[in-house]
Amino acid sequence: MKRLINRRPRRASAVVLALVPFILLVLVYLMASQARLAENPNDKLLPSMASFADAIHRVAAEPSRRTGEYILWGDTAASLQRLGIGVGLAAAIALAFGLTLGLFPYARANLSPLVKAFSLIPPLSVLPILFIVFGLGETAKVALILFGITPFIIRDLQQRTEELPDEQLIKAQTLGANSWQILTRVALPQILPRLIEAVRLGLGPAWLFLIAAEAIAAEQGLGYRIFLVRRYLAMDVILPYVAWITVLAFLIDFALRQLRVRLFRWSVTAS
Amino acid sequence: MALIEVSNVWKTFGDQVVLEGLNLAVGEGDFVTIVGTSGCGKTTFLRMLLGVERPSRGDIRLDGEPLPDEPGADRGIVFQRYSVFPHLTVLGNVMLGLEFAGAPVAGRLFGAARRRAREQAMAMLEEVGLTAARDRYPSELSGGMQQRLSIAQSLIMQPRLLLLDEPFGALDPGIRADMHELTLSLWEREGLTVFMITHDIQEGFKLGTRLLVFDKVRHDPQAPEAYGATITYDLPVDRRGARQWPEGHSVVPSGHGDAEPEQAPAGNAREAN
Repeated sequence: MKRLINRRPRRASAVVLALVPFILLVLVYLMASQARLAENPNDKLLPSMASFADAIHRVAAEPSRRTGEYILWGDTAASLQRLGIGVGLAAAIALAFGLTLGLFPYARANLSPLVKAFSLIPPLSVLPILFIVFGLGETAKVALILFGITPFIIRDLQQRTEELPDEQLIKAQTLGANSWQILTRVALPQILPRLIEAVRLGLGPAWLFLIAAEAIAAEQGLGYRIFLVRRYLAMDVILPYVAWITVLAFLIDFALRQLRVRLFRWSVTAS
Repeated sequence: MALIEVSNVWKTFGDQVVLEGLNLAVGEGDFVTIVGTSGCGKTTFLRMLLGVERPSRGDIRLDGEPLPDEPGADRGIVFQRYSVFPHLTVLGNVMLGLEFAGAPVAGRLFGAARRRAREQAMAMLEEVGLTAARDRYPSELSGGMQQRLSIAQSLIMQPRLLLLDEPFGALDPGIRADMHELTLSLWEREGLTVFMITHDIQEGFKLGTRLLVFDKVRHDPQAPEAYGATITYDLPVDRRGARQWPEGHSVVPSGHGDAEPEQAPAGNAREAN
């Protein structure tokens, strides 16, 4: 008999194996929910599938009585806009700083300790400062995302730039390149795929900061809604929202991976 | 006048003497091969020619001018690894030097200038036999093809000096023999001046017109770092003469016995030919 470490599932059985825990989870939930509802039909903790369907219909397909908007779609748009601006700005700033710090020793000596210090500050601890400085509007939320993920992306990109083989940088110089040309034609194109990877990693914390900021002060947004309906123990809304956020996170991650494969074929075949 | 003049060059790192008292004059069109045990400073010497390291004492002159202390387009280099840019196609890699020269800010050529650069690069690829691979990325090439590419990439700049740092060390023997042919024919056609480091003394004899052996002449067992290596042998290699080695001539002077004696028999050197 083969050792366990050498036995691999076939493709079909791998799919089944992957689905089993999900199915089990749903079954356990359904049984628990049914048991609780049998005891108390008004129980709010583990809603039935029917009340989920109701709640989803209410937030996604019916205009809100108060504002006339579709709540789920309004929340999604507001959150994605904040996330997009925050992560996009973070990526742009981190790319500029990461490349500069990675390539130029003077810039590194000058700014690297500052970036490191900033990356050690727990971002949520500055949230009050951001609210004080930027008010309770959109700026503070975007700023929190920015503050939360930029230093770490900078450090990642700086390290990747420093890891470019010396041979390459020397070779470029023997081909007559000046510093700017090395930055734009040697370092930048090799760091862009890394930027996508760093953004993928940064999206987890970015969601965290987004939801935290929305929970504290917002009028719309996925995080805002979850914390709002928590007051009514509305698990029938909270759980679908959590699932929806997970789906969005997955889709964004998938799109970024595809983007890397499409744009930087060389970086995929190389690894 | 010599193309490269090395006068009394020393290189030390802290207390460690790596190279001492190097004197050398190399004329245009020479093919200098450098052999020596590992750690004997041959790579340090090459890095000084590149401009990455500076001599601690003495100076190196190129065309009578002091060597700049950073790499430049007058000295091409081919390393053993990481010599080509993974994000550019074969054609893009060869065009890169021309684009650097023609577009200081954009780093890219457009229109007619781009077409000219492209033609020039295609001619270069033809010379090294990579025409068919022009749209492939380096990761899709074999090790030998990558080194061909790296040579083409350097030669398109028409450097005064081509430096090769064990360029074929990682290749299979058969491929290596092909690369030898290619290197020699490019050297003849383009009138190159070449410095090549190799750990393979046979390769050194086969390719070089001049073979330098780096070794330590002084030893202090209590302080092995006290003395550095220098050029212990500077052998002119006559290629036509080389064909006669199997008849019993030893090109390696008898005093050389302690430096890699197992590689000294020159007879094998030409069998690969």
